[in-house]
Amino acid sequence: MTYNEAQKHIIHQSLRPDPMRLPELEAVLADINRIILGKERPIRLSVACLLARGHLLIEDLPGVGKTTLAHVLARVLGLDFQRIQFTSDMLPADILGVSIFDRGSGAFHFHPGPIFTQVVLADEINRATPKAQSALLEAMEERQVTAEGETRALPQPFFVIATQNPTHQIGTFPLPESQLDRFLLKIELGYPDAAAERELLAGADRHEMVANLGPRIAPQQLIDLQNKVRAVHASAALIDYVQALAAHTRTTPRWQAGLSPRACLALLAVARAWALLEGRDHVLPEDVQAVLPGVIAHRLRPADDVAHTDSHAVAAALIEAVPLP
Amino acid sequence: MARADRPVSGRQAWWLLATALAASAPLVQQVPLWLALVAACAFAWRAALTWRQWHLPPRWLLVLLVMAGTVGVFLQYRSIMGRTPGIALLVVFLALKLLELRAARDAVATALLCYFLVLGQFLFTQTIATALLAGLTVLITTATLLAASDDRPQPQQQLRRAALLLAQAMPFMLLLFVLFPRVQGPLWGLPQDRFSAVSGLSDTMAPGTIAQLSQSDAIAFRVRFEGAVPAQSQLYWRGPVMPAFDGRSWRVAQTRGAYPAVPYAGSGTPVDYEVTLEPHGKFWLFALEMPATLPADSALTVDYQPIARQAVRNRMRYTQSAWPEAIAGERESPAMLRAALALPDGGNPRTRAVGAAWRAQHGEDGAAILAAAQSLFNQQLLIYTLNPPLLGPDMVDEFLFDTKRGFCEHFAAAFVFSLRSAGVPARVVAGYQGGEVNPVDGYLEVRQYDAHAWAEAWIAGRGWVRVDPTAISAPSRINSNLAAAIPAGEGLPFLARAAWLKDLRHRLDAVTNGWNQWVLGYNPQRQRDLLASLGMSAPDWRSMTAVLSVLCGAVMLGLTAWILRNRLRVDPALAAWRRFTRRLARRGIAWQPWEGPLAFAERAAALAPLHAAGIREIAALYVRLRYGPAPQGSDLERLKRRIAGFRP
Repeated sequence: MTYNEAQKHIIHQSLRPDPMRLPELEAVLADINRIILGKERPIRLSVACLLARGHLLIEDLPGVGKTTLAHVLARVLGLDFQRIQFTSDMLPADILGVSIFDRGSGAFHFHPGPIFTQVVLADEINRATPKAQSALLEAMEERQVTAEGETRALPQPFFVIATQNPTHQIGTFPLPESQLDRFLLKIELGYPDAAAERELLAGADRHEMVANLGPRIAPQQLIDLQNKVRAVHASAALIDYVQALAAHTRTTPRWQAGLSPRACLALLAVARAWALLEGRDHVLPEDVQAVLPGVIAHRLRPADDVAHTDSHAVAAALIEAVPLP
Repeated sequence: MARADRPVSGRQAWWLLATALAASAPLVQQVPLWLALVAACAFAWRAALTWRQWHLPPRWLLVLLVMAGTVGVFLQYRSIMGRTPGIALLVVFLALKLLELRAARDAVATALLCYFLVLGQFLFTQTIATALLAGLTVLITTATLLAASDDRPQPQQQLRRAALLLAQAMPFMLLLFVLFPRVQGPLWGLPQDRFSAVSGLSDTMAPGTIAQLSQSDAIAFRVRFEGAVPAQSQLYWRGPVMPAFDGRSWRVAQTRGAYPAVPYAGSGTPVDYEVTLEPHGKFWLFALEMPATLPADSALTVDYQPIARQAVRNRMRYTQSAWPEAIAGERESPAMLRAALALPDGGNPRTRAVGAAWRAQHGEDGAAILAAAQSLFNQQLLIYTLNPPLLGPDMVDEFLFDTKRGFCEHFAAAFVFSLRSAGVPARVVAGYQGGEVNPVDGYLEVRQYDAHAWAEAWIAGRGWVRVDPTAISAPSRINSNLAAAIPAGEGLPFLARAAWLKDLRHRLDAVTNGWNQWVLGYNPQRQRDLLASLGMSAPDWRSMTAVLSVLCGAVMLGLTAWILRNRLRVDPALAAWRRFTRRLARRGIAWQPWEGPLAFAERAAALAPLHAAGIREIAALYVRLRYGPAPQGSDLERLKRRIAGFRP
């Protein structure tokens, strides 16, 4: 019995309507699922990422719905949305904003850049030079922007969805591992299955659907939910499990480098959000296992990694190697 | 990729190189120089391979090198069997194996080869230093083996893990050492070429042979007395007896049979003692005069010297006793007496003349002639020295009347010659005189510089009588030691004089002796005695094996409990859950150890739909207890009840 075999059951089961789950979150997910078809799991993960106050990295081919996902998320959560298309000639000021001399008042005026919004879609982040990348990543980490000697706070909540093309494509500046670590989760959307794609092709225009979408929750509600995530209980047995997973990655020669303490914190934070999405006030090993692929995808690399490895296979191997404490 | 096929990383290669160096360095003086150079080159090549990341040498070249090395070893020793050629071959193989580190299995093979080389060191020496060095090398090799499976931890971490492993193995090692049934023989069966060059007494004595020994402070044997140590002047350790004289050198008689038991009656209080004899390659055993009992597997020559059945090639321990005042050889055979009177034709006319004069004066009265000889030696004012002048053909005459300077062999030879020329049967006895009690462990240490020669005269009615002519001229040699008798400034081993070093040396000797007695000399007899003193009556190999198995099992359990001491404290909810999963497993629904409880419950519910509700309830209860925020005791009771009532 492998993890994936066992999982087939659970995915099927967990998609049943569950009276325990929070209705407002279920409504949010239902709206997104109506527009982006057949991607329940990545969508759930991206909402969990948002609830855990993290930032999301999506690596995938163009045209699988990355932008739409970001857009829809902002719409249903009632948040402002800006998109920054990263290019190789981009400068930090293009992201953060710039001060321009105002002849009328005789002083410099700061014109905030596109980052001053609640949901930022940083498209094709690895097309930009490291200088521009790091401007964005610093803002993500500190949730504030320092320009022209003045520090300006970014709006709350602040959520960055960055997309990147697979790194083997030409014209990319791969993000260094330390920068990648600032994204809480990395997910892939992938091609939809045949039935979902058919529905997409036969259905209404997606742009129109997004435009007609109204917010499902108020911003304050979202902040409350984020606070609730922090209160989800992680028992000693569960923390043992997270530690056992990390210890295994550190002591087994299978991985190039083990999970860092920051990665463990990230794993626990997303697992908490996942548990809340499941309508529970405590984290289960199942939650940790469910979010593990997204957490380790950009943090853990097998020692014999030659090319791009499927993060689900990597996570399954890790799960199967570590018994529950 | 299979574990054994993983490539060897740079760090692992450095580990292996360090281990190979540590394992082969102590053997450098045992292998020929060319081989040491070849090994050094291979090590350097390995270092360059790792450092510069060169390609490994091609296989045909390695095969060629191995063949060349084997042929070289064969040409050197004319054999590839035996101790030294075998070790030399292992060194060749190890050095070349380093050049074909392709996969993890090569690393493991190299480490195992290093363990063999560590064992190989013990074929050459078995001192404490060897054991300590070997322990260190085993530690490094074990760390290398650990690194071969995981090369990421830092070297000090690997060493710590290896040390922990060895520490855990230590109780088993001690148990096996003490309790594993011993076989008779040394700990390390050694081939015959072991003692080609050891210092010690030989079976001939010419001027200078014993003086040469005085330059060595090596231990000849150690003695533990049952009672008090006899007076220094009584410590005559009888060695080879030399009745035959050819004008220059004295030699032992050709063996003419041996006594299986002591042929003379004893008198006085016997002195019991135990000798630990260092190997000297000869047959004889040293015994305090006169031997009263014989060690096992030995006999007494016709001139009362105990000899072993086999040459003493390994350290040997025997118990014996002595009669200080025995009358030996009262009824000596005429042939023996004739041999003890034989003189070469011609030479030493002055001594012969003196002897003839004594004969004319005292006739058959051997005791009176003996007294006359002693007074002659007294009057001549002979000087005891390590550096006597060279003597010509009439060496007895020259020594007694011209140079008057000599070492104990001159005194003994001249004394016996003069007695023989007066018609009194006499012979030279070689051996050791004196010894020094080590205050640390109470053993009497007899060193090579205690080698001595004295005379034995046959007097009618008294048998063989010991006369030490050296004692006439240099009584301090007999009453205290060599250093006291030799004028200051004559070369002696440092230790024989330097008092301030003696204390340190005594301690080291006591440690070495303890090692020899209890580790290297732990033979079946010692084992029986030790086990008997621990309360095992009549231990045979069966009972020893049984006790060994029981104790090893106990140590194993203890170690396991120590390792599991944290894991043994099981959450009661988890214990109940395990009971539940075992029950389902009997139904063919196996819980995977990594499977989350709710996930498992869903899977099990689908497989056993009749019990779905019960399974889900139990899983929900368990999850609340183990992962929930405030677990309640009543939930635990409910969980236990549900599981007790659960019959899939």
